Amino acid sequence: MNQPLLVTATQKAGPRLSLVIGAIVLLTLIALPLLSLLPDGHSLQVSAYILTLVGKILCYAIVALALDLVWGYAGLLSLGHGLFFALGGYAMGMYLMREAAGDGLPAFMSFLSWQELPWYWAGTQHFAWALCLVVLAPGSLALVFGYFAFRSRIKGVYFSIMTQALTFAGMLLFFRNETGFGGNNGFTNFRSVLGFDITAPGTRAVLFLLTVALLAGSLYLGWRLAQSKFGRVLTALRDAENRLMFCGYDPRGFKLFIWVLSAVLCGLAGALYVPQVGIINPGEMSPTNSIEAAVWVALGGRGTLIGPLLGAGLVNGFKSWFTVAFPEVWLFFLGALFIVVTLYLPKGLVGLLKKRDEP
Amino acid sequence: MRPAPIHPHCMLEPSIDAGQGREAIGLGHVAAPGLDARHGTVLTLEDITVSFDGFKAIDALDLYIGVGELRCIIGPNGAGKTTLMDVITGKTRPTRGKAWFGDTLDLTRMSEVQIAQAGIGRKFQKPTVFEALTVFDNLELAHKTDKSVWACLGARLSDEQRGRIDEVLGTIGLQAARGRAAGSLSHGQKQFLEIGMLLMQDPQLLLLDEPVAGMTDAETEFTAELFKRLAGKHSLMVVEHDMGFVGSIADHVTVLHQGRVLAEGSLQQVQADERVIEVYLGR
Repeated sequence: MNQPLLVTATQKAGPRLSLVIGAIVLLTLIALPLLSLLPDGHSLQVSAYILTLVGKILCYAIVALALDLVWGYAGLLSLGHGLFFALGGYAMGMYLMREAAGDGLPAFMSFLSWQELPWYWAGTQHFAWALCLVVLAPGSLALVFGYFAFRSRIKGVYFSIMTQALTFAGMLLFFRNETGFGGNNGFTNFRSVLGFDITAPGTRAVLFLLTVALLAGSLYLGWRLAQSKFGRVLTALRDAENRLMFCGYDPRGFKLFIWVLSAVLCGLAGALYVPQVGIINPGEMSPTNSIEAAVWVALGGRGTLIGPLLGAGLVNGFKSWFTVAFPEVWLFFLGALFIVVTLYLPKGLVGLLKKRDEP
Repeated sequence: MRPAPIHPHCMLEPSIDAGQGREAIGLGHVAAPGLDARHGTVLTLEDITVSFDGFKAIDALDLYIGVGELRCIIGPNGAGKTTLMDVITGKTRPTRGKAWFGDTLDLTRMSEVQIAQAGIGRKFQKPTVFEALTVFDNLELAHKTDKSVWACLGARLSDEQRGRIDEVLGTIGLQAARGRAAGSLSHGQKQFLEIGMLLMQDPQLLLLDEPVAGMTDAETEFTAELFKRLAGKHSLMVVEHDMGFVGSIADHVTVLHQGRVLAEGSLQQVQADERVIEVYLGR
């Protein structure tokens, strides 16, 4: 875990070094899946476990980045981003279940002795439609929720509570067998994606590379937004919404745009998460998951683009270590972390490193 | 251009030349972009009443502000000065009454954003600027331009806009601080920045709620000069407690008391008014 040191060095040496470090990180991420393709027993081979773990963390990093766009820049703390992530995952899962079932019904439906597919499963055997659903399901839910919430000028803690309630409602809905998404077991036992064996090293490597590409793309998009006038309007919105309105800006449109964009990014991350991890169930929608995402962003530093990635990487890295080494203390550790960050690191790790640099 | 011939039955009065007849009373006049204030008043408030659960913060208030006028509003605490500004900017809806901006815009039917875009700028009592952004960015955001989401996504500053921002930076005396975060400015500098943001909006009517509160004497003097320069090009409505400041800028003063207009006239006139003395000095 020498990343913080790298960031400190970056601050000192200016943008050139940070480009170099960014390139090294990117190259490492590209090299990992290639190394995983080496034959068994090779000393440099990266195991499937490591590749899946890192791929999973990268998906979480995209969620953290998406959450930071709405929280760090626009000041809207969402405690329900897990819902958008899970919806994207379920949309991809529907396709994977159909692919695994062939011409028959998905296994859980046969188990419930259903005779035919519910109407909303129509077309999910086509990969292209599944991809559309990955974007449309979280996007349209965010659009409708955001439209009414921002029209009613709901903000601050009330907004957070409503997003939390939304993800909780989603979880309860998906827990029911009647909803048609496999109840509390969710989707699992995937076989193939587009005809390729889902457990094959080649498929895993491609999925991993797609995740890296999505992360890099999201980072670039976030950077462009932050540089634009749109980004400055968001910051203004966060700090003085009234002033902004009296300057002649309608805050609703700005909030809605970034909110929907963030939800869609989460959905895409969820769609890449499911085939790599091999399971999706309503647990992903549980409120604690969404709160954990807020911890990643707070720890890394909200309102920065690198901070959330750092936070997601560190917390999840620790989590995989802790849950193996001493599983019973993990939640205490996470809670303590949130308290320490809130009390002593209001600007997160990135803020700490920046402050140390400015004497 | 001569208007097209009109059938005699439809003709209300002879239309001979532009500037006379129909044109002069506004008939057949095509609404132009921008504010229509040909009748000389930029703001018309008639019979405005605002009641909060039966308490009348403003009670049947009439107020007219002329184009290019600098009007000061004074009054003891709770006289309804801030509520009056809320009504004009659309933050509070009047229970009763009419509010017109220029001759054609009904303020009681417009949203806060529409009112701001139509050309009413407001400075808050507590200086409110975008603290995380630089002074330059604050002015850039306030600049009068297309403020939709799509426009902001691809917005680039033109040389002309940069020139305008530099000009306003000069007017408010903050050239040296252009790259500083607005949150790090002193109280007085924030007041100036907020006034600068209003200027960038280029509004017809500026509402200023206690603009010199917390300013040093030199800053107050500078503000008075600035407002006198602005009057004429813009209309200003200034709410202020500082009588010295009011005396140095205002040609016309309105005294509010318990939501009503108590007196109106020059500062000498209202200061000599028996009722004003009673309200200010206690009974």
